[in-house]
Amino acid sequence: MLEIKNLSYQVDADGEELGILQGIDLTIPDGKLVVITGPNGGGKTTLAKTIMGLAKPTAGQILWNGTDITGLSITERSKLGVSYAFQQPPRFKGLRIGDLLALAAGKELTHAQQCSYLTRVGLCANDYIGREMDASLSGGEVKRVEIATVLARGAELMIFDEPEAGIDLWSFSQLTKTFRALHAEGSATLLIISHQERIIELADDLVLVSKGRIEAHGPKEDILPKLLRGNIAVERSCYGKKEVESRG
Amino acid sequence: MDKTQWKILKEIADLEKTPQGAYNFRVNGQLDDRHTTANIDIVSKTDKPGIDIIIAPGTKGESVHIPVVLSQSGLTDVVYNDFFVGEGAEVDIVAGCGIHNTGCETAQHDGIHVFHIGKGAKVRYVERHYGEGPGTGKRVLNPKTEVYLEEGASITMEMTQIRGVDSTIRDTVAVVGPGAECIMNEKLLTDGVQTAESNVEIILNGDDATGRVISRSVAQGDSVQVFRPCMTGKAKCFGHVQCDSILMDAAKIKSIPAIDAQSVDAQLIHEAAIGRIAGDQILKLLTLGLTEEEAEEKILEGFLS
Repeated sequence: MLEIKNLSYQVDADGEELGILQGIDLTIPDGKLVVITGPNGGGKTTLAKTIMGLAKPTAGQILWNGTDITGLSITERSKLGVSYAFQQPPRFKGLRIGDLLALAAGKELTHAQQCSYLTRVGLCANDYIGREMDASLSGGEVKRVEIATVLARGAELMIFDEPEAGIDLWSFSQLTKTFRALHAEGSATLLIISHQERIIELADDLVLVSKGRIEAHGPKEDILPKLLRGNIAVERSCYGKKEVESRG
Repeated sequence: MDKTQWKILKEIADLEKTPQGAYNFRVNGQLDDRHTTANIDIVSKTDKPGIDIIIAPGTKGESVHIPVVLSQSGLTDVVYNDFFVGEGAEVDIVAGCGIHNTGCETAQHDGIHVFHIGKGAKVRYVERHYGEGPGTGKRVLNPKTEVYLEEGASITMEMTQIRGVDSTIRDTVAVVGPGAECIMNEKLLTDGVQTAESNVEIILNGDDATGRVISRSVAQGDSVQVFRPCMTGKAKCFGHVQCDSILMDAAKIKSIPAIDAQSVDAQLIHEAAIGRIAGDQILKLLTLGLTEEEAEEKILEGFLS
């Protein structure tokens, strides 16, 4: 179970304190597929990064399976079963896709295993295993390899930051199938940041994050209709400037 | 050869026993062992130290190993090796030099290699340089390589020096004929107070000649590296110079690539980049459970593979 308690992330911008995250409380039970959505700049990625340890919160606590991981390093969290697919994954000159999958899995992988991870993100394995993870790959290809590394990691908590970004329609449909299958297996908790309706539809629960706060959290069936009808006011993230969008 | 010398041989030529095909082992400035085949002859020079390697036209799928091992402190070994690769031959040539210096005097090897590659012949040339030993004496390697490619011939040079060599000045010149191709993959890692200088000149001398220099290096500690790759186009040709370096600690790297077009049909490109390991690469590997040291090692290993 993932428990986030009163989590804040403040930054100092030109002498002014900005609250990127402002007292987030969130509990995600094991095996759930939770989609975090909300306006750009609302704090979704920062929230995901604090869970992986990529950003250090200024206050609050993160508990994973009862262990306080707030002060742990990225490596320690990874070893405890937290994994993360970057929104903008890095490229590596010289490192091959097959090598990266093996690093993610923490062991040598058979050709069949490598194929299975790549196929699940819509890549034809034979074309990619030996390819370098460098600038010769398109943004969408890098993104899909990134998701494959998280699949290969096989962690108990998988965080995906806008997995659909840059991915073509055909591969996107494969990706939603993969998320659905992962969720059906039930061995991992999936936390997906997304704006895509087809991913939102996969969710058990929806979390709406706006201006560093959770505006709404609950079963998709309750939250989604309200979101679509515009019954939930979404504050745009113009720090220092109050702008409220209400579609109701 | 003794155990230490075999260990060096493993490092530079990946050999644990005498190889198949032709070979010539040079140990501490002397011939140690030699084997020739029906197609590949090796003859000692009479006017200066070194050998002529003569590969018959049409030879296919054979290899020549000519490693050099230095385990004697204070020795400066200069050797002249000339390769004559016959028309249409396809061969692998594995060279390289390893120094094990236990003393306080400099051990130095200067290998001067000249390749004459006949029409349509294909050569893969692998050269690994390596140094080790507990002595305070310097380990110095100054290779000079000249390549002459006739029409339609090709060479792929894999030149690698990973750690252990205190000082190196590498000079490489290739003259590429019509329809011929020269590819040079250079890998270099220096640390401590080591210095490395690599000067490469590729002259594309005929229509449809191709040249590529792909240089990747890592400088650690207080080491210093200087690269001067130059691609000259004298005809309708294509040349590409790509230098990438990773800088660490207090090391310094200077990269001065040049492209010189002497024909309106020459198409030449150069790219050069120097920088530290990208922070997002480290972060990604940390999320896969690696420590910072392991992440750095994997990134360097991939970069220089």
